[in-house]
Amino acid sequence: MSIPNEGRFAKPVERRDFLGLAALGSFCLTSAAAILGSLKLPMPSVLPEADSRIKIGPPDRFAPGSATNFPERSLWVHRDGSGIYAISAICTHLGCVTKREKDGSFHCPCHGSKFAADGTVTGGPAPKGLEYLKVSRLPSGELVVDLQKKVPAQERLAV
Amino acid sequence: MNGFKTFLQNLRELPQTVRYSLIRHGTPSSDRARSQAVFSNFFLHIQATRVHKHTLKFATTLGLGIIAMAMFLILCISGVLLMVYYKPATDQAYDSLKDIIFVVPTGRMMRNIHRWAAHGMVLVVLLHMARVFFTGSYKGPRQFNWALGMVLLILTLALSFTGYLLPWDQLAYWAITIGANIAQSPREITDALGITEQFDPGGMQKTLLLGASSVGQEALIRFYVLHVAVLPVALLLALGVHFWRIRKDGGLARPDDVNEKLGADRREHGREIFPALQQADAKPTRTYGLMAMVRGKSPAVDRGPEHTVPAWPNLFYAEMAVAMFSTAVIVALAYFLDAPLKERANPSVPENPAKAPWYFLGLQEMVSYSAFMGGVGIPSIVVIGLGLIPYLDREERPNDVGVWFGGPEGRKVCLLSLLFSVLSCVAILAFTVKYGWLRNWIPSISQLWITAFNPGTLFVGLYAAWSLLILKRTNSTRMAALALFTCFIVSFFILTYFATFLRGPNWDFYWSQSDWPVH
Ligand code: HEM
Ligand code: FES
Repeated sequence: MSIPNEGRFAKPVERRDFLGLAALGSFCLTSAAAILGSLKLPMPSVLPEADSRIKIGPPDRFAPGSATNFPERSLWVHRDGSGIYAISAICTHLGCVTKREKDGSFHCPCHGSKFAADGTVTGGPAPKGLEYLKVSRLPSGELVVDLQKKVPAQERLAV
Repeated sequence: MNGFKTFLQNLRELPQTVRYSLIRHGTPSSDRARSQAVFSNFFLHIQATRVHKHTLKFATTLGLGIIAMAMFLILCISGVLLMVYYKPATDQAYDSLKDIIFVVPTGRMMRNIHRWAAHGMVLVVLLHMARVFFTGSYKGPRQFNWALGMVLLILTLALSFTGYLLPWDQLAYWAITIGANIAQSPREITDALGITEQFDPGGMQKTLLLGASSVGQEALIRFYVLHVAVLPVALLLALGVHFWRIRKDGGLARPDDVNEKLGADRREHGREIFPALQQADAKPTRTYGLMAMVRGKSPAVDRGPEHTVPAWPNLFYAEMAVAMFSTAVIVALAYFLDAPLKERANPSVPENPAKAPWYFLGLQEMVSYSAFMGGVGIPSIVVIGLGLIPYLDREERPNDVGVWFGGPEGRKVCLLSLLFSVLSCVAILAFTVKYGWLRNWIPSISQLWITAFNPGTLFVGLYAAWSLLILKRTNSTRMAALALFTCFIVSFFILTYFATFLRGPNWDFYWSQSDWPVH
């Protein structure tokens, strides 16, 4: 027995296809939404860092031409003719702590990046100079460095 | 009264009925019964009831897959035991490790076992991949299992990377700091383009990994969760599919002419060989239907059952022997060699040199020229390239699958490639040691150039060109794949050796560790 009028039989199949596709599609959509929604959790909105602002004392603590180290914060505070600047000793390549050499330049032990005393890259794989950090003065006259706040290279606080 | 009697009888027959519910047959004493047992047991049925003799030959697999599996089991058991005492907190982790080493009964031994098995697993998985490649066993229908193998490789590496942080010693802290910053290295590009403010995938990856801007408590707990829960479960799942695919792909790959080579099968094609097919006197099972549905070159479908032997005992005994051997080696290593533990992590003084575990040192060497290309770009190219091998090389050559190095012609290609890659790799490394790299020549060069032209980029380009040359000369994608893979393995080995033994403090070149400056 042949099947009469194929067209009429084809339609319900199409509708069933449609319903199936719709079911599958909505399942995929909900799953994707659920997964993406859950993935929001591990992305912290507040970084759990301790207060990033540290007091470093009055300006006259830093003699002109000097470099002072704050090893716990991997920080070097310099003073030159035009003012005070703070640079982070953390290598901009992959985050090791650089060491200051006698000539004032910084050398990284991990992959040999080298930086001049003012932080510019002079060698190795580091993509950019050492970070300059924001130095500001409290009403009391004491200086504060904000470890989270970067400022353009070569920026100094006039004293 | 009657009910009471039945109850008493049930009580009396308790041992038998419990036993029967567990094992539905007596001690299997014939091949047929053993095959039935394999078939009806959840843990055994992941393997076929019969295996081809070629599969059992040592030279087919070198036992590497099973050794990897054994390492994984050893790691799971020793790892759970270590978890009993380990505390994932920055102020306790290091002390809990000291306790494990010096106070906990067998703690030191268990830690050594865990450490050496971890190194062993990475090594063996790499070797297993090489054996699958060189025997051409990735060819259809096994493409998917090869791609899945890449997932297994990545999971294995991720497991060992996350485990590396847990001791919270200097090595751990600085290796993970470097690793997390590699994850952040797409910033090299976004910074150079000046779009990091708007679009910062690198920063996102690092924050997701560490949960903070530097390695600390958040990072430790994240790595711990990944290491003891997420990654092992993912690996186990993927392994289940890996083994299941081996069955569905018709057992291990073997040469086309293997049956002719083995000569006439003395065994008769009788009830003994396909017990499950002999429906007449067996209990009805659905075996027949299942077997008929197996696609591809399974022995049951288009090759006939010649030269197969029952998995129990032939395969199982071989597997148990390999597992015992692996365990013995690890236990011996753990007895004689202590896993290192450096000083407590100190975020203000890096270890110098700060070296990652050996299997990442080749990467570290490339990273020492530029972070993004060496740490993200080239590894991605390699992983994607390796994963696509079976889809790009679909050639069906006679006597290739299941034959080491693709036969005589392939052996020649491999040897030539070995020569080529050793020479070019050593030459490039010697050149960079002697003359430095881009910034030594043009100090003001733009970062984009440094990022793009890593010596690793040169390797990739050279080897791709070499492989294309082989393709042109031989007209065979399999030969081109052999050339490329040989170059990859060789440069992986040389880079690893170079970074392990010839790099010292400040990542400077030293002929031997005795020349390192004392400080
Ligand atoms: C967690 C790591 C892994 C384990 C425990 C594992 C285990 C196994 C085992 C037991 C076998 C049976 C044959 C043999 O022992 O060689 C096998 C076969 C196979 N494996 Fe893996 N494997 C792992 C990773 C990989 C990787 C990294 C690849 C490749 C990228 C891979 C690709 C294959 C393929 C294609 C086969 C079939 C080979 C054939 O038919 O001859 N596996 N694996
Ligand atoms: S971290 Fe400083 S050179 Fe790599």
